[in-house]
Amino acid sequence: MSAPAEYILHLADNAVVLGQRNAEWCGHGPILEEDIAMGNVSLDYIGQARLLYQLAATRLGGDATEDKLAYFRDETQFRNYTLLELPHNGPLVGYAVSDRDYATTVVRNFLYGALMVLVWDALEKSPDADLAAIAAKSLKEARYHLHHAADWLVRFGDGTEESHRRAQAAVDHLFPYTEEFWTPSVAEDAAVAAGAGVDVRSLRAAWDAIVNETLSEATLVRPQVRGYVPEGKHGRHSEHLGYLLGEMQGLARAHPGATW
Amino acid sequence: MYTQSFSVPDNAGQKNVAAVPSTENPELMAAFDARIDADGRIEPQDWMPEAYRKTLVRQISQHAHSEIVGMLPEGNWISRAPSLKRKAILIAKVQDEGGHGLYLYSAAETLGTSRDQMLEGLHSGKAKYSSIFNYPTLNWADVGVIGWLVDGAAIMNQIPLCRCSYGPYSRAMVRVCKEESFHQRQGYEALLVMMQGTEAQRAMVQDAVNRLWWKCLAMFGPPDADSPNSAQGMRWGIKRISNDELRQKFVDATVPQAKVLGVTLPDPDLKWNEERQHYDYGQIDWQEFWNTVEGNGPCNKERLATRVKAHNDGQWVRDAALAYTRKQQQRAQKEAA
Ligand SMILES: [Fe+2]
Ligand SMILES: [Fe+2]
Ligand SMILES: [Fe+2]
Repeated sequence: MSAPAEYILHLADNAVVLGQRNAEWCGHGPILEEDIAMGNVSLDYIGQARLLYQLAATRLGGDATEDKLAYFRDETQFRNYTLLELPHNGPLVGYAVSDRDYATTVVRNFLYGALMVLVWDALEKSPDADLAAIAAKSLKEARYHLHHAADWLVRFGDGTEESHRRAQAAVDHLFPYTEEFWTPSVAEDAAVAAGAGVDVRSLRAAWDAIVNETLSEATLVRPQVRGYVPEGKHGRHSEHLGYLLGEMQGLARAHPGATW
Repeated sequence: MYTQSFSVPDNAGQKNVAAVPSTENPELMAAFDARIDADGRIEPQDWMPEAYRKTLVRQISQHAHSEIVGMLPEGNWISRAPSLKRKAILIAKVQDEGGHGLYLYSAAETLGTSRDQMLEGLHSGKAKYSSIFNYPTLNWADVGVIGWLVDGAAIMNQIPLCRCSYGPYSRAMVRVCKEESFHQRQGYEALLVMMQGTEAQRAMVQDAVNRLWWKCLAMFGPPDADSPNSAQGMRWGIKRISNDELRQKFVDATVPQAKVLGVTLPDPDLKWNEERQHYDYGQIDWQEFWNTVEGNGPCNKERLATRVKAHNDGQWVRDAALAYTRKQQQRAQKEAA
């Protein structure tokens, strides 16, 4: 029983896109220790992405490689959650320019981290041994990411007036994007059907519990969410992914066939 | 790293370092001198002359600032790294440099200067950092060349500092040097792969070497004849080998590596001198070097302003952490009462 490549690509794309985003803080962190910690988080995500793309490449066969999958697939082929591609600021259009906001970074890492400790925990038990091995490694990392983000979220929520305001604004901005977690994609359904995936709907109660507990400790309010459900994992993205991939893939695409 | 800073006074340009007249207690001074002469280590709790303390704080904090500012030129290529493996290596490297900054700030703090004070020196433009970071990184090969040559030059300079007379600094250097050697090998390996690649890749490497070679030679600091701080530094075991000697060692080690790589070092005067048993090399443009040290190089303003902006933008984050800790302490006190 092995998970289909499309499902592994969804996991890999999540990791590479968030790793790319978090690495933007390198050299610009709010304090040196945090600069290093965020670099660590980013490095974990890039490491996960590499393992997952390598596995997907094996399953796809042909001339697929880790880097072909990361660098030579277009925006509509990327299967990451929309949440992960957003820039580190409030709601702005794709070509807007803004200062990065650490509260946005922390809230996103928290919301996604809370999901991934559950996903990897389930996948660690997957009969797909290759995927289970990656899940076991990633679970340890995800626990650290969640812990790190939750700590900062509580400090922000229960810190100063400004940090509380920024954290609440980031929660309000990002929360609607988490709706995408709970509607399975074709690839997720296929992984479940193959007996190698996890039904995301079964994780919702546990995710709610983690999120509600931390938000309440942080004295932050969970917003009501209704309306539009993002569809990044179906390949329909926000305006932001094109810019992210343009930057990430540009050099590699300028030299197709080159080895680095 | 990054050694040019070690022999540049913070008020660089006005080269007027007069010897500080010693008003120290003669007995303590004699004991201190004896320990230095015996190649012993000075530890934070030991008595030391003020001038020694000041020189060390200046040197270590300049080194720490260099690590932190040095994150920026390479950070410039993280988002565009052309493979995931190279991206991971680069993130890890930049993160290591941040770690070096952290140990070095801690080592300087043992001398009674806080990190905030040191950062204030950097941000106000008073404290220097290595000028090599004031040049732009213009193509991907710059990342490899920085590893090979800049980390390489840093190692040349820092290996002797592993035996520096101040304990916390020498111990920090042992750890830092191990990681810098790793960076150097990784940088060189990345360049080897590029040189075996396409024409365009080889051109990138040559372009990066052309731009960075002379700047790396200048990293060792002004010629010994113009280096007023060196004698005192040698006496104190803070500096062990002169600028020119280190520079020569670097050239001698690098020329064969460049040959293996297949790049040309941009110096027509570079050639083996049978008599000296060293490579001769051409004239370094010291005017350009001092311009850059004094703040008028191509990227000084961008580098410094970026550090200042990160610090200012992060103020609310640090404030939040402090406020939260204070609240927690108050809650704990209330519970205890
Ligand atoms: Fe260094
Ligand atoms: Fe370093
Ligand atoms: Fe280094």
